[in-house]
Amino acid sequence: MTTAPQALRFYPLRDSVTMLRRNLKHMLRYPSMTVTLIAMPIVFLLLFVYVFGGTLGAGLGGPSGGRAEYVNYVTPAIILMTVTATIQGTAISVAMDMAEGVIARFRTMHIARVSVLTGHVIGSVIQAVISLTVVIGVALLVGFRPAAGAGQWLATAGFLIVVTFALVWLAVALGQVSKSVETASNLPMPLVLLPFLGSGFVPTDSMPTVLRWFADYQPFTPIIETLRGLLMDRPLGNHAWLALAWSAAIALTGYLWSKRLFTRELAA
Amino acid sequence: MTTSAISATGLRKSFGDKVVLDGLDLDVPTGTVFSLLGANGAGKTTTVKILSTLISADGGGARVAGYDVTTEADAVRAAIGVTGQFSAVDSLLTGAENLRLMADLHHLGRADGRRRVTDLLDRFDLADAAAKPASTYSGGMRRRLDLAMTLIGDPRVIFLDEPTTGLDPRSRRGMWAIVRELVADGVTIFLTTQYLEEADELADRIAVLDHGRLVAEGTAAELKRRIPGGHVLLRFADQAALDHAARELGEVSRDADALALRVPSDGGVGALRDLLNRLDDRAITVSELSVHTPDLDDVFLALTGNEKVTTP
Repeated sequence: MTTAPQALRFYPLRDSVTMLRRNLKHMLRYPSMTVTLIAMPIVFLLLFVYVFGGTLGAGLGGPSGGRAEYVNYVTPAIILMTVTATIQGTAISVAMDMAEGVIARFRTMHIARVSVLTGHVIGSVIQAVISLTVVIGVALLVGFRPAAGAGQWLATAGFLIVVTFALVWLAVALGQVSKSVETASNLPMPLVLLPFLGSGFVPTDSMPTVLRWFADYQPFTPIIETLRGLLMDRPLGNHAWLALAWSAAIALTGYLWSKRLFTRELAA
Repeated sequence: MTTSAISATGLRKSFGDKVVLDGLDLDVPTGTVFSLLGANGAGKTTTVKILSTLISADGGGARVAGYDVTTEADAVRAAIGVTGQFSAVDSLLTGAENLRLMADLHHLGRADGRRRVTDLLDRFDLADAAAKPASTYSGGMRRRLDLAMTLIGDPRVIFLDEPTTGLDPRSRRGMWAIVRELVADGVTIFLTTQYLEEADELADRIAVLDHGRLVAEGTAAELKRRIPGGHVLLRFADQAALDHAARELGEVSRDADALALRVPSDGGVGALRDLLNRLDDRAITVSELSVHTPDLDDVFLALTGNEKVTTP
């Protein structure tokens, strides 16, 4: 028998689009997950602005002070929290998906295997873009007054997509490594909490030494500072490069780990 | 190029300490239905997983559709279709969307894909439910959808891993009818089942798998011939009649408690007429008569060492 090379070609792009369509249909059919994922950062935003905002804002000692000052301070953290909430959803839906029989079918088919994962990744990035739009809209409603020009908004959008892309790949790995949906929703928890242990909600110089050291060097601090710099029209310093380097490292780790997990053999 | 659609030699697989396949040899000619028969845990699903490239064997080798499952896994995948024991459908998508997903993954053109999806929905009696999510389907519908998805890519070799487990009798018969149609189309089918009736109905050749090894292989008729067990069971009204008959008939085994005699017989009309004539001549009154031909259950139980088989 002669091998027909045509039939054995792979179409990773075409297959990824097919898988993306599948994942988008899942999202549309079960919108409750998307709604929950958007609601969480909004609840935190309202909580921090209206409950803690007055006091925390006073501590910032800016020109306007109080709540108005704090909305501007906390919104970048809430924006990042929107991304981490989305990837928590990614981990859950990947874990649920891997338990579905249809994944075993995909494995026996002549398709570009990575497309199963890229479908999830692109789907989650799209979901994050929708969530971010809603959350930033709400932030503007409750008094967020960014100083960014059109170019900075564009840079913010691009930067957020890069960060989301990186974290989503990590979430795809976490979703696969989870044996259950519960584990999948718990594993990304540290990521949800990381903005708190950084410059997200209060400046790091108000923290005790050990915590401050951690806060200054963890990846989310440069990410938040870059967002702050872009949105509030402040100098970025080396935060942007650090944030991009972290993103590249996280994306690569997540991608390689995910790919390895997906191509491994499942016992029994 | 061989005429074997599937061939395996010395397949071995262990999970931890547990040996699941212990040197399995298989040969399935192209265009036939081969049934691998075994109880739960015999190694059927593991065999399908190895042959369909889902897992690799620890030892031995296999070729499917002319390609090596280890070194030419991609070519194997392009030639096969697998319908697993657990429905491999996307339950969040509708029936039609599931099929379209498969059409897209097989890179069928838009028009071609649509046509095949419609054809398969009709053929598998799913047209009415095409727009409903697969999660709302009954067990039988899910299996039909599952198989329809497998067929989108026109596979040359189809693996059906316990395709009717858990189905009601009507759905099971529907599934059998579908499998027979497939065979008529010339594809090779590798069927695993724990139902002997199913293997008997569908398969050209049957192999009995027990603890990871083949304990018998042949056509249904060959396997049935391998074990004795055909007999006529005669019941009597009382002990006296039983004793009388036992004396007269000679080589029989008696079951005194049930007032019954087992007379070895192939169950054929001639043999039966003979027996009835003998009973008549000797004026033996029989209150009940039943013919027992060996079925695959007898074969299976005898071969896999579960000693429930009645021996004369």
